[in-house]
Amino acid sequence: MTKNVSAHAVSLSRRKLLQASGIAAGGLLLATALPFSRRSYAEQYVNKGPEDAPLDTPTALGAFLRIGHDGQVTLISPKIEMGQGVQTGFAMMVAEELNVTLDQVRVQEAPPDEKLYGDKLLGFQATGGSSSTRSNWQPLREAAAAARLMLIQAAANQWGVSPEECRAENGKVIGPGNRELVYGALVDAAAKLPVPENVPLKKPEDYKVIGQPLRRLDTPGKVNGSAKFTIDLQLPGMKIATVNACPVVGGTLVSVDDSRARAVPGVRDVVKLDNAVAVIGDHMWAALKGLKALEIQWDMGPNAGIDSAQIERALHAAFDREGAIAAEAGDINKAIAGASSKIEAEYEMPFLAHATLEPMTCVAQVREDACELWVGTQVPVMAQQAAAKAAGLPPEKVIVNNQLIGGGFGRRLEADFIAQAAAIAKHVDYPIKLVWTREEDTAHDLYRPHYIDRFSAGLDANGMPVGWSHTIVGASVMARFAPAAVPPNGLDADAVEVSNKPIYKLPNLKVRYVPEAPKAILNSWWRGVGPLHGAYVMESFIDELAYAAKQDPVDYRMKLLGDHPRAQAVLKLAAEKANWSQKLPTGHGRGVAVQEVFGSYLATVVEMQVDAQNGIHITRLICVADCGEVTNPTSVHSQLEGGTMFGLSAALYNEITIKDGHVEQSNFHDYRQLRMSDAPPVETHIIPSHEVPGGIGEAGTAMIAPALVNALYAATGKRIRRLPVARAGYHVA
Amino acid sequence: MLTLNINGADHQVDVPDDMPLLWVLRDVLGMTGTKYGCGIAQCGACTVHLDGTAVRACVLPVSNIAQGQKIVTIEAVGKSDLGKKVQDAWLEHEVVQCGYCQSGQIMSAVALLTQHPDAGDAEIDAGMSGNVCRCCTYTRIRGAIKSVSQA
Repeated sequence: MTKNVSAHAVSLSRRKLLQASGIAAGGLLLATALPFSRRSYAEQYVNKGPEDAPLDTPTALGAFLRIGHDGQVTLISPKIEMGQGVQTGFAMMVAEELNVTLDQVRVQEAPPDEKLYGDKLLGFQATGGSSSTRSNWQPLREAAAAARLMLIQAAANQWGVSPEECRAENGKVIGPGNRELVYGALVDAAAKLPVPENVPLKKPEDYKVIGQPLRRLDTPGKVNGSAKFTIDLQLPGMKIATVNACPVVGGTLVSVDDSRARAVPGVRDVVKLDNAVAVIGDHMWAALKGLKALEIQWDMGPNAGIDSAQIERALHAAFDREGAIAAEAGDINKAIAGASSKIEAEYEMPFLAHATLEPMTCVAQVREDACELWVGTQVPVMAQQAAAKAAGLPPEKVIVNNQLIGGGFGRRLEADFIAQAAAIAKHVDYPIKLVWTREEDTAHDLYRPHYIDRFSAGLDANGMPVGWSHTIVGASVMARFAPAAVPPNGLDADAVEVSNKPIYKLPNLKVRYVPEAPKAILNSWWRGVGPLHGAYVMESFIDELAYAAKQDPVDYRMKLLGDHPRAQAVLKLAAEKANWSQKLPTGHGRGVAVQEVFGSYLATVVEMQVDAQNGIHITRLICVADCGEVTNPTSVHSQLEGGTMFGLSAALYNEITIKDGHVEQSNFHDYRQLRMSDAPPVETHIIPSHEVPGGIGEAGTAMIAPALVNALYAATGKRIRRLPVARAGYHVA
Repeated sequence: MLTLNINGADHQVDVPDDMPLLWVLRDVLGMTGTKYGCGIAQCGACTVHLDGTAVRACVLPVSNIAQGQKIVTIEAVGKSDLGKKVQDAWLEHEVVQCGYCQSGQIMSAVALLTQHPDAGDAEIDAGMSGNVCRCCTYTRIRGAIKSVSQA
């Protein structure tokens, strides 16, 4: 138990303690008048009176865990499930320390509450940044272990024995003479006990659940159609809304003739917003036909003339500005001037859409006194605030029922569509389900920034780097998303991640960042975030240095990784698995990338053949990870496989372009994604480790682009410095 | 008024002729296992069976469905031996990530395996490439299908 928690626990009143411990479910589920659904923890949470506040302090135990009289263990998950398997991982941590089986743990989504559920790595309540396991590994296990100790103590008290004579097993406490009490029978007594101050956690050799390849809890409903995503929810009286927003960022609605739309059978309402028009119907088809029948006049605003070429010119021009120093060591000018040889390169990454398969969707009901949302979101507090602002209500009057997410990838770290749903719902007296079309989703995303990176390096007579200069230009996501997190010089920690702390030994170094916000396009988080950019450019350039030095790319990296034995270990294993030293025929090649990303060490190797028609055949794709202690190896393998291919899809094909101020791509025919026929087999290997857990949800994604372009170089002698590789005429054969 | 035979039962629906089956299933009949992803038959999330053949419900107007044609959706595909085998293989191989596309993937896989009970890589590529998985669970989808086709 942390100091804060135990210090707080002693000052709690008995009633507060009961609630803070969270052991007796009855103590938390308070029957107050609820405006709407009466069905979730979320609305009960919102409607708490001050006396009945379920939890008013950040006690991990009470915030995360409840056990009912029926013995049901409920984990209040501060992280949403969007396919990464995090809720099963959390349930495994709880099952481990509470000595119950995984099927005894049920998961509920946490309501918005920054104090309780704010992520300690991210600094706010969010599912992102591959932080979930890293942030919750300690507090979740401590909460469960504390609950176990309290249940044992309660049983010992009842039997008049010492707790040392008792043990917890499979949801029961077992005492002398093999007498037993189930947890459900102990919760009332346990809830009256103080939270223990010292909570020893199990040692890895005693794990029974953690480390096992267990099946996910959320998958059965996802193979038989019964799982409900936001888009599947149906409320009494609910109608379906779909929307057209002004094609150009910054544009506004001038007027709309909705007479033809209102004549479409099934259309119920047309709602005008400042920059969008929504059509509401009995079903999506009516809403879609109504939308098509609208005659809208937009004022396209100041960005109407912007195109990709202008944006790229502005990015290039930004190199002339000083920007902010992200890292500096030694004397870079002297080092490069005195080097035996000098190498320069410029890399470029495009804007990317998220293209989650479940498009942006939010169910909202707005009344005078409250607003209720049912929405899969990575940011419940931001969702609450955005809806409150749109609905004209205080945030505490907004109930957020978080839902399973049909693909997040960072897109649902934004609340734009949630605010829009609340704004639409405010105009009508029934709940609406706002469903974006794929076209709306593609063209009104917030996109991964377009980055341009320039490097120059000086090499000594042996070809090793003596000076390393790196300048990054691109939009600062943080400056838009959380301006307070950016210092006055504009140094965005995300934009320079990986680049500012190279894992390679680089004695003289200067890394500079020049923020340049493009016109006509908003930028946001995209799976892999900073490391996706940093790993691509660094692993591309180090590869160029290796070839310039006429050294093997694995050997070259290995020499520069002396300070990072875990990086050397993943690189060594990846090279072994790939038979790296075995020569390949002409037209074939292998490329490698190694980095520390999200607190994990990864090495990825791509082996390919490139045919005479520029067709790429990926013959092998190997990914080795050391991500510390693994909770569920199946989830880690899945994230490495899927995450790697997610990055591959973008590196091969994807680029969002702007013309006349609007996004040119609209759907999967012109924003194509990796399909079965071009999906290579991904071999994944996990290095066993008891180090603290690292992130894994985005790690594979960050590594694949450099391994891909490095393999292309090895196979063809052509260096691709601008993504996607399809720009250079390559395709998957 | 149209009569649609869905999962073995007749449903009377009063909907516009041009309304795609997808929205009839989801918004009129409340069968939400069939998903919307693109609306233009590019992603396969809406895949259902029409007389045993995989079709994209998002571009299939209900008036194009002849009386008596049998529609099967993800909600009932597990009633057939093959459908159940495929769903079990999906769980056994821990295919699912976010899960949003998997209804369509399973419907395509069952149709593929109906036509090619011993489907290998080439048939899987051909039969499954109409289904996009943004979590990119392709390696495991392939493994799950092969566990059925090569059992």
